[in-house]
Amino acid sequence: MRRRIGEAVSRAWWAALSVVGLTPRRWERLPRLARRAIVTVLWLGIGLVLVWKFGVWKTSALAVAAVVVLLVVPPYRRLGVRGTPVGAWIVPAAVLAIAVAYPYYNTSMPQLPIFGPFPQMSTMVGMGVFAMMALGLNFVVGYAGLLDLGYVAFYAMGSYMAGWFASSQFAKQNVSFGAVDLLPGTTGFHFSIWLVLLMAGIATAIIGVLIGLPTLRLRGDYLAIVTLGFGEIMPQIARNGDSLFGTGFNLTNGTGGITPIDGPGFGHTLHHYLRLPANYLNLGENADRAFFWTALALVLVTIFCSARLRDSRLGRAWIAIREDEVAAAAMGVPLMRTKTWAYATGAFFGGVAGAYYASYNGGAFPDEFFFNISVFILCMVILGGMGNIWGVIFGACFLEYLDREGLANIGAWLNGRFGPGGSLAEVWHKPLDVPLYEFGIFGAILVIVMLFRPEGLIPSSRRAAEFHEGVHDQPLYDASA
Amino acid sequence: MAEPLLLTTGLRKEFGGLVAVDDVDFTVPEESIVSLIGPNGAGKTTFFNMLTGVYKPTAGQVFFAGEDMTGRPPHRFTQRGIGRTFQNIRLFQNMTALENVLVGMHVRLKGNLFEAIVRTPRVRREEAGARKRARELLEFSGLRGKDEEIGRNLSYGDQRRLEVARALATQPKLLLLDEPTAGMNPQETADFTAFVARLRGEEGLAVLLIEHDMRVVMGVSDRVTVLDYGEKIAEGAPEAIQKDQRVIEAYLGTAAVTT
Repeated sequence: MRRRIGEAVSRAWWAALSVVGLTPRRWERLPRLARRAIVTVLWLGIGLVLVWKFGVWKTSALAVAAVVVLLVVPPYRRLGVRGTPVGAWIVPAAVLAIAVAYPYYNTSMPQLPIFGPFPQMSTMVGMGVFAMMALGLNFVVGYAGLLDLGYVAFYAMGSYMAGWFASSQFAKQNVSFGAVDLLPGTTGFHFSIWLVLLMAGIATAIIGVLIGLPTLRLRGDYLAIVTLGFGEIMPQIARNGDSLFGTGFNLTNGTGGITPIDGPGFGHTLHHYLRLPANYLNLGENADRAFFWTALALVLVTIFCSARLRDSRLGRAWIAIREDEVAAAAMGVPLMRTKTWAYATGAFFGGVAGAYYASYNGGAFPDEFFFNISVFILCMVILGGMGNIWGVIFGACFLEYLDREGLANIGAWLNGRFGPGGSLAEVWHKPLDVPLYEFGIFGAILVIVMLFRPEGLIPSSRRAAEFHEGVHDQPLYDASA
Repeated sequence: MAEPLLLTTGLRKEFGGLVAVDDVDFTVPEESIVSLIGPNGAGKTTFFNMLTGVYKPTAGQVFFAGEDMTGRPPHRFTQRGIGRTFQNIRLFQNMTALENVLVGMHVRLKGNLFEAIVRTPRVRREEAGARKRARELLEFSGLRGKDEEIGRNLSYGDQRRLEVARALATQPKLLLLDEPTAGMNPQETADFTAFVARLRGEEGLAVLLIEHDMRVVMGVSDRVTVLDYGEKIAEGAPEAIQKDQRVIEAYLGTAAVTT
């Protein structure tokens, strides 16, 4: 059915174009650069008209269009200086620069139709944190091909690590190390958040190994079920950990969660010499900006590690296991150890992201660690494209944006245009609360992606091939017959 | 030769009530080519899978280079020096030929997670060396210029060759080939037979073959072992096996012999 729809669309498309004298053959004869330029300009033109007609127009829309043309059209990949392919770095570097500068221009952006204004800074922080978690899950799901339905356990572990080592949770202790702006008489562990991030990563990786060792022997569906179980156990421990094993030892402060958690900061010495913020929480309305840049830096580190590991001996072993476990073992890849490394690496980044988010939110609360978060992160990986770093980041940013702002904006647009304030007011009396249907909508997105583009929106070429041609589950040639 | 490279004693595998391999004693001396033949379903591949740790034997032991390997996981066998190919080609189909061979080198490389992230000079050197050796291996196996070809896109014969190259990348002392010439035309089969002989000659490898093509078996083997219903029914030089009464019965049925 998918193919038939595609054919119909393409036939209609060319029929329309032949009116202006453009036939497929003439199109093919155009140089590649011209074709790309025409397609990009066409799409942007449609976009600009939509913004102008249905959104809120600002002149910056033209600047956005110009930047997109500059990024997409010229063949940077072919650029090289004395044989070094510097060209491949131009687009990522430009995208990074655009992201870094985002706080300076996000309020002067035009409003898109349906989606409304560009995301706020707090949403951008969330996008960074979830991009990191999705990249962490990508080690397990995308690279090693193991289905993990309990990733939220690592997020929770990271958050609680921040709760234990950067708050007054353990009031009998009084240990501080590098924490900024502590009031005199503060009790509990107070380590510098940067140290806590690392500690959270390591502790979570250890939890990952502990969970992994007994479970990774299982295959496919069984592994998914067991990880699901662990994903349920962790928040239960968090919820009921205010009197651990009935001893009265308050580990997690129960349903109240641990709050407040210290904010990050570089301290007054570094502030004095390098102008780095001494304490993010004292920055006032610029705090989100600092949190966003820090999240961006953490995401960059994660991207770096993802890329390096993917192209290493270990990464090859992960992909080999994903493709054919038996053959990988026969080629000398130790299955258990290699899978456990994937699990631990994924857990590490989940833990760091969790700790950072806890510091940003100022607390770790058990309500945040439900099963739906596991599915949410998994959706990001699947929607974006398993195994592809850029795809996963895109999936994470898009879904987190929908979760934080997008759906509410869409709802407001729907209600305003058609609902109680719009054209269908007679039958549509009550405003529709779109964010309420969030997981239904995500589920629908997932089903649509699985039906029409199982490899995700921006897939790795290898993963795309696996989805369309299949992996070696069945013998390809049965030579004994 | 004093001590055989590979030795099994009373190796047995049962699947439920079915005895797939029935107490087989078996040896492969160093630098020899041994063939394992038998009718379909005789338990040859099951036997193979026990020699590589894919199956754990129900009873009996596997010794390799004097070491008891029984019950070890597959990668230990590879580490000790047993490389194998599969009856139904099992390449990493969406990886390039070069990457396939590099996975085969996994046990011979050392770079760990942290070194991979930092990309230390040692890892750089190791990776560069591995890539160079992988290219050489591909060329040696007759896949020159196909380094970047995706596994699935290779022709059938090339896929077989790549499987052997990948197995060789593990630097085996003993190479296990499971029906390597299945589906090959006579010319390819002849080339492959010569290639196996060359492996023994130049690399000093011992080779254990499962094979149906009798020209290959008789042409290249030092010794032939025959399995039937999981039992070893004959063992010896190729010429002797050809005349063995039980072997003829197993292949052609008792009726063919008695009448």
